[in-house]
Amino acid sequence: MTEMNMIQSLNSALDSLLEKDENVVIFGEDVGYFGGVFRVTSGLQEKHGMHRVFDAPLAEGGIAAIAFGMGLNGLRPVAEIQFADYIFPAYDQIVNEIAKLRHRSGGEFSTPVTIRTPAGGGIKGGHHHSQSPESQFTHTPGLKVVYCSNPRNAKGLLTSAIECNDPVIFFEPKRCYRGPFYGDPHNVPTWKGHEDGDVPEGHYSIPLEEARIVKEGSACTVIAWGTMVHVAQRGIEESGIDAELIDLQTLLPWDRDTVVNSVKKTGRCVIVHEAPKTSGFGAEMSASIQERCFWHLEAPIIRVTGWDTPFPHTTEWDYLPSPERISAAIKKTQEV
Amino acid sequence: MTEGDKGSLEPYTVPTAPFRPGDEADFGGSWKEQPSDLSRPDPATCESSETHDHAHGLIRVLGDDDSASGEWNPELDAATLIEGLELMMRLRIYDDRMIKMQRTGKLSFYMRSLGEEAIAIAQTMALDDTDWIFPSYRQPGAQFVRGRDMVSMICHCIGNTEDNIRGRQMPVHYSWKEGYFISISSPVGTQFSQAVGVAMASAYKGDDQATITWLGDGTSAQGDYHYGLNFASVFKPPVILNVVNNQWAISTHRNLATGGENFAARGLAYGIPSLRVDGNDFLALYSVTKWARERARAGKGATHIEVYTYRAGGHSSSDDPSIYRPGDEFKYWPGGDPVDRLKKHLIAIGAWSEEKDVELSKKIDDEVMAAYKEACTFGDLANGPYPPASTIFTEVYESVPWHVQEQREELGK
Repeated sequence: MTEMNMIQSLNSALDSLLEKDENVVIFGEDVGYFGGVFRVTSGLQEKHGMHRVFDAPLAEGGIAAIAFGMGLNGLRPVAEIQFADYIFPAYDQIVNEIAKLRHRSGGEFSTPVTIRTPAGGGIKGGHHHSQSPESQFTHTPGLKVVYCSNPRNAKGLLTSAIECNDPVIFFEPKRCYRGPFYGDPHNVPTWKGHEDGDVPEGHYSIPLEEARIVKEGSACTVIAWGTMVHVAQRGIEESGIDAELIDLQTLLPWDRDTVVNSVKKTGRCVIVHEAPKTSGFGAEMSASIQERCFWHLEAPIIRVTGWDTPFPHTTEWDYLPSPERISAAIKKTQEV
Repeated sequence: MTEGDKGSLEPYTVPTAPFRPGDEADFGGSWKEQPSDLSRPDPATCESSETHDHAHGLIRVLGDDDSASGEWNPELDAATLIEGLELMMRLRIYDDRMIKMQRTGKLSFYMRSLGEEAIAIAQTMALDDTDWIFPSYRQPGAQFVRGRDMVSMICHCIGNTEDNIRGRQMPVHYSWKEGYFISISSPVGTQFSQAVGVAMASAYKGDDQATITWLGDGTSAQGDYHYGLNFASVFKPPVILNVVNNQWAISTHRNLATGGENFAARGLAYGIPSLRVDGNDFLALYSVTKWARERARAGKGATHIEVYTYRAGGHSSSDDPSIYRPGDEFKYWPGGDPVDRLKKHLIAIGAWSEEKDVELSKKIDDEVMAAYKEACTFGDLANGPYPPASTIFTEVYESVPWHVQEQREELGK
């Protein structure tokens, strides 16, 4: 085990896969010589060569299409979209092409593309550097959608994503690159000393499609992903209620069994995400949970989410779900 | 892939920058192109085929001896040139102040126009006051030309209570209706084809507004650039389409943006008259833009311009260019410094002096400092106050729908 922040652990995953599989190639805007604007690919071009880790022209649609083609023709491309907010020029290539190739070709062709993209708020990035567009992709059959939350699962999940023969959209919560975020912008811890900052060296994978129970509890099930896992943890502490915290990790296909078993146990459920509420992934989960847990539920399922508005710049702390809002929601589930 | 399939050691070309940290940059000393090289075709009749040399050469007016010459000399009077110099100086001093504010936590982020000041200033001065402006990152200077109040600009960058866009966007995303100035978008390139649509509406309505837009060499890899060129080629609306080739897109060298020799010549393939201009030559920039504006007025449609320059500073306050290029590369740029070049020209024609320059610089510095102080009275990023949280919910739609209203009440602020 080595102490790593999330940038280092993602770098370590990419490094080990470049080492292990010569079909792995990495590209995107600024990822080559410079090593990425968040430094996730730092040193990889120098170590593995120009043709395996390279800068792409500034064209997200082109990057996705090139990934499609490379993956179709035997490579295992890992493309970076510099910010999730920049992914939309690539949307057609991802939704209609990458996601659907296997099905459209009757299983004759497939393309094992991984698209990594930093997502989420908390860096004063305004609308174009803060969005969390996971539900734009969970609504797309053919994709797997992964959202890591700490250095350890970042490495393990990215390894599995790249080794997966289906295309994967891999969201990295950029606010947590250098440390967990507990909802207080004035308190900026690093990953140093955090148990999930201990990351195995070399090849290390965590299965996709499995949620992680961060903390067991009996009174309420709280589900989150990305940065919100840490904010929810603080919210639970503030509530003083013995809630169970689940880090969903993979959103599509999601680990319904773990969630349903938990909600059957606790009878109460709060879902937290930073994306807008309407048609957010919390809506999908809420519907599925009530289908399976109706007779176990003691209170309505509550969603604590970003607002149905564009992501703001100066007022972002009023936009992102806070520990206070999460705590209040958990308490509300106990009132029934 | 098996061993046998590997082929050569160079499976495909991955371009890199000509100079990296530790190298001494060499751009050949001075321009080989001269102000006398290129004719100035009649804008009212010029066809794309007549601009082959203009797309492959370099339009200059200011010579190496600081004099102005050639057919492209716009023959501007000294007062106009001094106005241009002052605006460029203002932009540079303003940028320096904003970077200092960013470094001290008073605003979150900033992007300077360093080394590219002439572009927004000269090109906007060559337009009509009501022409539409669709900028990329390094044309905020256009607002100075149209007289936007600096306090208002700084309040936007801070995102304080007087920010006209209510703290909703990052700094440098200026939006200014009165100046026909549209906000940049961080997902780059979108403005380029939008500008063509705006120009088509002008043509439809029969008004006399033209539209100018810029994007960078890196962004010309985006589809939006090619969409824009093609629609402009087909519908011939009054639009001026600029590619600012400043050599760098964050760390991405222009070699990654095209495998071709230059950017201007791409326009020829779309049948659009295309020019390549020294982007650090105030007079040449003014002149080509005036020419493009005359074409627009004459109903001849779009002009495509490659503005050849160098990004002297980092991409933004988040960037450290010394990681990927020689720290002093700008010193070797044959185009030199645009502010310095215009100043030297003015001195050469006897219209300016070092003393006047120092005096003007001091005057602007005082004005910028006063504007900065006034702007901070409305709040700064570190200390607030900020626009009220209720502004998150307004102007999402023309009126607030029930589901947004409910959420506003839930926040309770």
